[in-house]
Amino acid sequence: MAITGKVIRYGDNVDTDVIIPARYLNSSDPKELAAHCMEDLDKTFVDRVRPGDIMVGGQNFGCGSSREHAPIAIKASGIACVVAKSFARIFYRNAINTGLPIVEFDGEIDEGDQLEIDFEKGLLKNLSKGSEGNFPPFPEFLQKIIAAGGLFKAMEEPL
Amino acid sequence: MQMTQSQKILAAHAGKKSVAAGDLIMAGLDLVLGNDITAPVAINEYRKHGAGCVFDCQKIALVMDHFTPNKDIKAAEQTKQVRDFAREKGIEHYYDTGEVGVEHCLLPEKGLVVAGDLVIGADSHTCTYGALGAFSTGVGSTDMAVGMAHGKAWFKVPKAMQFRLHGKLRKWVSGKDVILHIIGKTGVDGALYKSMEYCGEGVANLSMDDRLCICNMAIEAGAKNGIFPVDEQTLEYIAAHSKRKPQVYEADPDAEYESVTDINLDEVPCTVAFPHLPSNTRTFDDMPEVRIDQVVIGSCTNGRLSDLQVAAEILKGRKVHKDVRTLIIPGTQKIYLDALKLGLLEIFVNAGCAVSTPTCGPCLGGHMGILAAGERALATTNRNFVGRMGHPSSEVYLGSPAVAAATALNGIITEPAGL
Repeated sequence: MAITGKVIRYGDNVDTDVIIPARYLNSSDPKELAAHCMEDLDKTFVDRVRPGDIMVGGQNFGCGSSREHAPIAIKASGIACVVAKSFARIFYRNAINTGLPIVEFDGEIDEGDQLEIDFEKGLLKNLSKGSEGNFPPFPEFLQKIIAAGGLFKAMEEPL
Repeated sequence: MQMTQSQKILAAHAGKKSVAAGDLIMAGLDLVLGNDITAPVAINEYRKHGAGCVFDCQKIALVMDHFTPNKDIKAAEQTKQVRDFAREKGIEHYYDTGEVGVEHCLLPEKGLVVAGDLVIGADSHTCTYGALGAFSTGVGSTDMAVGMAHGKAWFKVPKAMQFRLHGKLRKWVSGKDVILHIIGKTGVDGALYKSMEYCGEGVANLSMDDRLCICNMAIEAGAKNGIFPVDEQTLEYIAAHSKRKPQVYEADPDAEYESVTDINLDEVPCTVAFPHLPSNTRTFDDMPEVRIDQVVIGSCTNGRLSDLQVAAEILKGRKVHKDVRTLIIPGTQKIYLDALKLGLLEIFVNAGCAVSTPTCGPCLGGHMGILAAGERALATTNRNFVGRMGHPSSEVYLGSPAVAAATALNGIITEPAGL
């Protein structure tokens, strides 16, 4: 499966408090959460994000609180995939468990670039820059969780 | 195969003789924790998959501490959803207003975690229980839901960083300063995916409250867990709080560590983390004059009795600065009662502080002490991200209870030794 999308880019240490501030966690409704996604970091995000856009971060994306509301909000906002140099570990788990595609990739990507990501081949093409690079596939163990449609379903079969 | 303390606990719970860093394992859990923010998402997931009974109604803790006493109708609906679930499934350890405490202060006090346990919690500060010699880590709501249904979770066996502690902390320096000092050096992702394992003769000089505080903030260095060796002090604490038998795991002498750092506790200074990262630390030999509008003493990091005692020692017979709103939040009802009996609450009220019922409240910008645009707080909490305690343009400075109390008196960030 490959996706193509336009980049919305942020820096290092994007924490889950700015992805979805705690004041909105009195709801777990994905649409309500999406309406406030990234609000404290980028007030323009909610208005400019388009379905299929790709969010790009630097190191330690998703650090801080364990709130699963963060990947839920990003996914519900229309973002097709998050690409970052590294992910904080709880966010990484939560993204897999909630079905938000994530890619660990360290390459030059700017705001507005057009990316093509092939998950099976582990290939990321920056169509705007004419560059490309590989990213490591998920370990087989995690691929089984993704293929099963989430952790709960995967647990019905021995991993 | 030589293993770290964390790896030994994981191996035992996965039914394996040994594990190595990088292994992906499925392991049995001793406790699954959730709160009023994360449990509703887990319960939705649980119900969506038609899961029936929970794996063990004694081994789940549901702690309504974040937005309680319920801050608004939506928050009330969320706790109601969890309360109904707890009743339906017969979950024994459900804690609500009147009984509740800040989860990571409450669970050790209730004896729900002992040495050797494997614990997951849908709260990132679940790493606190490493102080008791348990492997304990934060996860999300889906992991919590699966944990409640199956009593299992998957783990990638972590590498470890070793911190060898020597000597003894000076007056007014606490576990909070130790962990801020460490995070200042490692950075907020310096321990990403790894264990932070503590050892050395200095451990014996740290109180259990200091160790709980140090492990609490392991996540702020990106770590999977923090863990202390089990000593006499740990065993005494566990015996005083729990009927369960602890299981002691020690790191093998040749266990592999990615890094080894020596820390002389005598040399650790009072440390403050400036906005907007816990790693953005400064000490008082390089401290600008920072005016503070609010001081918060409490949270899962520093809401324990010894934290309140230190603050009271500084505030006794004095008045907080007229421009500083000072909030004192005992971590649990027991801590509240102990503070009452010891006369600490009287000291706080006489000093002009507001004493609150246990809640996470202001720490996450939930309620009970929110900041306006441009305001600054000095808090004993654990995070100072953008907007963490209120308006996105407000600022949070992290420090120890002693620094917080001294700051409340002067209205600017103040070193307690200088008072």
